[in-house]
Parts: sequence; C-alpha cells; structure tokens
Amino acid sequence: MIEAIGLTKRYGRTVAVDDLSFTVQPGRVTGFLGPNGAGKSTTMRMILGLDRPTAGRVLIDGKPYDQLHRPLQTVGALLDAKWVHPNRSARAHLRWLAKSNGLPGKRVDAVLDAVGLTQVAGKKAGGFSLGMSQRLGIAAALLGDPKVLLFDEPVNGLDPEGILWIRTFMQNLAAEGRTVLVSSHLLSEMALTASELVVIGRGKLISQSSTAEFVDRSTGNSVLVRSPQLFKLGPLLVDKGFTVRDGADGALSVSGATSDQIGDIAAANGVVLHELSPQRGSLEEAFMQLTGDAVEYHAEIGK
Amino acid sequence: MTLLAVERIKLFSTRSPYWCTALALVLGVGLTAIIAGTTENGQMSVGLTQFGSSQLALAVVLVMSALAVTTEYRFNTIRATFLAVPSRTSALVAKTAVVAFIAAVLGEIIAFGSWGLAKVMSPASDLAINTGAEWRHIAGVGLLYGIGAVLAIAVGILVRQTAGAVAILLVWNMLLEGLIGIIPKVGVKIQAWLPFQNANNFLALGGGNPAEQPGAGIDFKLSQWGSLAYFAGIAIALLVVALVVAKRRDA
Repeated sequence: MIEAIGLTKRYGRTVAVDDLSFTVQPGRVTGFLGPNGAGKSTTMRMILGLDRPTAGRVLIDGKPYDQLHRPLQTVGALLDAKWVHPNRSARAHLRWLAKSNGLPGKRVDAVLDAVGLTQVAGKKAGGFSLGMSQRLGIAAALLGDPKVLLFDEPVNGLDPEGILWIRTFMQNLAAEGRTVLVSSHLLSEMALTASELVVIGRGKLISQSSTAEFVDRSTGNSVLVRSPQLFKLGPLLVDKGFTVRDGADGALSVSGATSDQIGDIAAANGVVLHELSPQRGSLEEAFMQLTGDAVEYHAEIGK
Repeated sequence: MTLLAVERIKLFSTRSPYWCTALALVLGVGLTAIIAGTTENGQMSVGLTQFGSSQLALAVVLVMSALAVTTEYRFNTIRATFLAVPSRTSALVAKTAVVAFIAAVLGEIIAFGSWGLAKVMSPASDLAINTGAEWRHIAGVGLLYGIGAVLAIAVGILVRQTAGAVAILLVWNMLLEGLIGIIPKVGVKIQAWLPFQNANNFLALGGGNPAEQPGAGIDFKLSQWGSLAYFAGIAIALLVVALVVAKRRDA
C-alpha cells in the first residue's frame, strides 16, 4: 500500500505538487491521471525518495522509501525506460541491480525471460527500440519480486501490441495481489487499465474514486432536446436552474438535468417533444472538463 | 562489500574505463619512451622517467574518474542507483573507493612500466632505485592517482556533467595552478598551498637539477609526506562537500 499525506513540492515560487493526499490499495491497478505538467512524475519521484518533499510525506507499507531494507524487494519502479547506460548490455544492467539488493543471478535470467528479452540480453541497451527499453525497464522493476509497483507513463510511444502487452501485464500483477500505480495523461487508456483512479491537476487532488464512478460522474450530464416549442421549453428549463445551450439543427443541449426531469417538465407544460436523448461525452471531453482550468500549459483549441 | 561489487560491475560493463586506461598507459609510458629515445644513452635519470606518469597520464586518470560519475548523471543511471541503494552516501563512497583503487593500481603500473622501459632503452644510465626519495618518486605515483581520483569524483558529483567537470579538472591541474606562479611575489606563496602543486612536491626528488622537476622554485611549508596528506585532505574535504550536496538535492 502507498499512502501520500499532505505531499507538497515547491520549486522556488512554482508549486508542482500541492498538499496531495491519496492511498493506493493492493490487488488492483490504480491509475494516476492528470494532464502533462500536473505533477505526476514529481509525485512518483517523491514516493521513491528521489526528490525531497517540501512538506508532507509518503509511506510504502508504512515506511518511507529510504527506510526500506533492500528496497527493490519491496518496490519496483519504471519511471523512465531510458535510465540505462547505452553501452551496457541489458544483462549487465540487471546484474548490478540484482547484486545491489542481494538478489541471485537466477532472478536476472527469470525477469529477462518474463519480458521476452532473453535473446537480446547480451546486446547494448542503447540499441534497443522504445518497446524493448520499456521491457527492460519492467524487467528491472520486477527483479526483486516486489509487492508494490510504480509505472510512469508506461505506454507512451508504444505500438498497439506493446500497449496491450503492458496493460495485460499490469492487470496480472495486480491480480496477484500487488499494489500497482500507473500514471497516464490519457483517460481513455486508464479506463481500460485501471480500476481505481487518482486524478490530479496542477498538483492538486481532483478526485479519488473507482474508474467506473469517475467516468459516470463526468460524462453523462447533457441531454439533447428537439421540439417545435423550444421557445416555450427553453425558459422553463432555465427557470429550473439547468444550463441550456443551442445545439445542432436548432436543438437544445441541456446540462445538469436527466432526460426524465426534462420529459416531466415538458409534459407538465404541454410541450411536444420530438427528441429527448442523453448525450455521453467522450472520456477526453470529460477529462478536459474536469481538469480544464488545471492544465498548466494551455493551447487554444481551434475556435 | 556488496556495494563495491556493484560499482565494479558498473565500471567494467562499459567501455570508457578501458579506453581511458589504455590512453593513460600509452601517454604515460609513451612520453617516457620519447624522453628516453631522445636522451643520450647514459644521461637518463629516475627523475626523467616519471614526467609521463605524474603529469600527462594523471590528467587522463582525472578525466576517467570524473566520467565514472558524470556518465551516471548523463544517462540517469544515478537515479537507478539511488533507487537500488537509497543511502546515497554509501553508494557514492563505494564508487569512489572502487575508482580510486583502480586509479592507484594503474598509477603503479604506469610508473614502474615507464621506469622499466627507460631501463631497457637506456641501459647505460643509472636508473637503480636506491634511495627512499627515488622509491617515493616512482611508487608514489599510485598514491597520487588514487587521491586525484577522489578529487575528480567529488568535482563530478558537484558539477554532474562531463564537459564541465573535465574542463574544471584539466584547467585546474594543467593550467591554473601553474599560472598562479606568474603573479609577482604572492604567486609562489599561494602555490605552496595549492593541491596539485603539493602533489608534485610529494614526488619531488630534491637535489640534482631542480629545473627538471615540476613544482620547482616553490617554497613549500610542508614536508613531502605532509604535502601528500594535504593533497589527500583537500580531496576528502571536497568529497564530503559533494556527498552532503548529493544527499540534499533532488536526484
């Protein structure tokens, strides 16, 4: 289990992570979601004791990272697949890691086999493709057979086969009862991988909930209404406090109301309805809506 | 012990230490070969055999030692190291110990290699190692390399990038300390307290022709072993500063 308590990181006057508290439970994949620059990587580095928090603390199974004895046997992490000396072979890279945490040489062969790199183990890591580097990074994370695993944007830049492989891999690790935290800036990816979501924007916690709950809450909140008597229905809906916007083809798009509520209002006022359909926004739209004002670097989307 | 083994695996699983070792050998022993080849047979002295080792090859060893840590920062393997060994001080001390030991052994090989080659090339010269000063002049090169490695690693940890660390070390060792002597009056007084000048003082043979020895003309306040201890003290002090900084800053 990972517990972050009031975690804060400031660089000069910039606040990268702001009073962040969340927990990551074992036995399922927890997605760590936020737009680029939200503070995900900084948080992960603080979990792993690489960066020093300005305030707050983070515990792994009740202990800060630097108090763990032979940490690779408790926590495996893949923060960046390129953290390898390009002239060192994949096997030599894993060998020194294994040696440092008292792991037998057999583990090196075992993890190389698990990620399918046995054939190229003697080759220089600098010549690896991104997918191969990613596999080597995962092999390093698995070396100590750890109970807790952290992956920072593991599918970035991978082809569909690689993405599917990693997704399945992480779900299997969680199914074995391990704690798995995966960061991503793509909700659509997390919706397929994670069962729990910790969402942050500008270093602040936006929500922690199950993925299904998060998706429901953030997508099903607009209803398309078509009627010859919109001039009458529109003001009625506004009176009830719903947000009404002009939709396509002279229809109305109502948010904050269910289709049931709108149907009832229409019937009570004798308004004829031609269409009443709940609109499910895309996950991306929902995510942007939630983190919209929490994005650090804005780019205007073609207006 | 585990950490020493880890650093040994890391060092010998990349190519740059091999290249630097080969280069130090070629430059160090090679310069002696040129000197022996151009000096009339019978005119070689013990003092002439160690120019290559104590000046030229030392620079290569400083670069090799700095590289051992700056490449870790360059490729972020330092972060992988700190993940595996959260005690940064232990990890970096282990690295320093391994590199310094290798540098010291390399120093002995180059020093005695140079001396042996001079003996073969100039058989009529008196190159017998008779006095304590002559032993120190040759065998001391290894000590110099070991301490130099500690200093170079400290600079590497502080600067974190290869170009900067190498520039600092080479300018400091090969130019700065020598140029300070140009300052009228106080120059030589300052030089008496500069680390690499003291390193030279440790090796100095004394007597004979002082002009052929680096560091000649400086009025050192320390004995020759005192100079070595001073050089070592500065290297260790710098390493301690580097370790404190490495512990405090974000990896």
